[in-house]
Amino acid sequence: MNLFFHIGRYFGLMQRVLAIPERSSVFRRQVIVEIDNLGIDSLGIVAIISVFMGGVVTIQTVFNVDHPLMPIYAVGFTTRQSIILEFAPTIISLILAGKVGSRIASEIGSMRVTEQIDALEVMGVNSACFLILPKIFAAVIINPVLVVISMFLGIFGGWLVAALTDILPLSHFVYGILFEFSQYDVTYAMIKTLVFAFLITSISGYFGFYTKGGALDVGNSSTKAVVFSSIFIIFFNLVLTQILLA
Amino acid sequence: MIKVTNLCKYFDGKAVIEGITTSFHKGKTNLIIGQSGSGKTVLVKCITGLLEADKGNILYDGKDFGKMNFNQRQMLRKEMGVLFQGGALFDSLTVEENVKFPLDMFADYSKEEKLERVNFCLKRVNLGNVNHLYPAELSGGMKKRVAIARAIANNPKYLFCDEPNSGLDPKTAIVIDNLIKEIAEEYNITTIINTHDLNSVMEIGDRVVFLYEGKLWWEGSRDNILLSSNNELNSFVYASELLKKLK
Repeated sequence: MNLFFHIGRYFGLMQRVLAIPERSSVFRRQVIVEIDNLGIDSLGIVAIISVFMGGVVTIQTVFNVDHPLMPIYAVGFTTRQSIILEFAPTIISLILAGKVGSRIASEIGSMRVTEQIDALEVMGVNSACFLILPKIFAAVIINPVLVVISMFLGIFGGWLVAALTDILPLSHFVYGILFEFSQYDVTYAMIKTLVFAFLITSISGYFGFYTKGGALDVGNSSTKAVVFSSIFIIFFNLVLTQILLA
Repeated sequence: MIKVTNLCKYFDGKAVIEGITTSFHKGKTNLIIGQSGSGKTVLVKCITGLLEADKGNILYDGKDFGKMNFNQRQMLRKEMGVLFQGGALFDSLTVEENVKFPLDMFADYSKEEKLERVNFCLKRVNLGNVNHLYPAELSGGMKKRVAIARAIANNPKYLFCDEPNSGLDPKTAIVIDNLIKEIAEEYNITTIINTHDLNSVMEIGDRVVFLYEGKLWWEGSRDNILLSSNNELNSFVYASELLKKLK
């Protein structure tokens, strides 16, 4: 019953969110601000995680494919595939669900408990559209950029491990990275990223928008936003993989 | 003029306001008074549409608010200014941006005209050199003034104030009250103020509506309050021992 209530209310909210903004100039300005807040601000953490993730994937692959029948360039190939198909779009989206999702829910939740959303409503502003749509737009624009950066840095992390250690020859690693590259893998990753960007911002916006009470409830909304965004990312990861790759 | 007829609102089957019929006049400061929990805020929220009334009608200059569709309501709301209890200023915007906000959203002014209007409104509430400050950097009284400036920026026909002087010292509270009254008279705005501050009632209340346990118990002019024989109103007005003795 509770689940159906939330699903119904979520779609009701989305109906209000996905409306034409009152002023396109204000909307454009908001999207730019949100790209900065949600995307550019996340660049540091994305970069650090990606480089280390790429390095770790490379090391783990070296030790797990250590077999005479397995060519050594398979390490580079596996690293690339793991990063492009899964680590960059999914793990980075999960990280962003934590960072960006909590920020969105707490920002909108605080506005709710301090009557700022009521102020918007009474002015005649579609508050749901005004507050959530720019965030969705910004995430849909900037998250794919972050994921592409993550892909490059992840592979760069693997290359660094190959270059700085003697666990495998660098030339074999580079050969593996370039081996049988399929553009569709990137397309698949981008489709996932776009869906995840929408889920993170809309779910977090939903929990923030319907916050009731005070500061403690803003914290609860923030936690719920992260938890449910993460669950839906994992769920849609499975669904999209089945649809797009199977 | 705003007219409400037989207005009711229930929460979990319990009536919070019941059968309220009254009218709020143009260019006057109409006060809704009553104890905490008497339904003042719910009444104002129903009138502004922040809460949906369960029964009754709300007429804005003869137009039924309950029968308006979403777009018509949005249009009407552009004619409303609301001063919330805590100010409800947008934290992420400066004072100037806060006051400019309704103009950015709804007015077809040039940049210069908007700035001129913002400065005029800030001057009208006796604030200077605060344009680039954020709400967190303002005192309680300054926040209220900025909120008033924002509420009047778009020339509203209706002004709603929810406890405008709560949390303020008596002197600042009177300044804010007088400011609201002056603005209401100057621009002929239908003003509804929700308060339990008797200083406000005596200072600016052109017309007073007294709520008790969600029902309209008394209405009239401020001059008649002290002479009223209504027991509930008297126990609200003469709550302190000192006032009882003075009476």
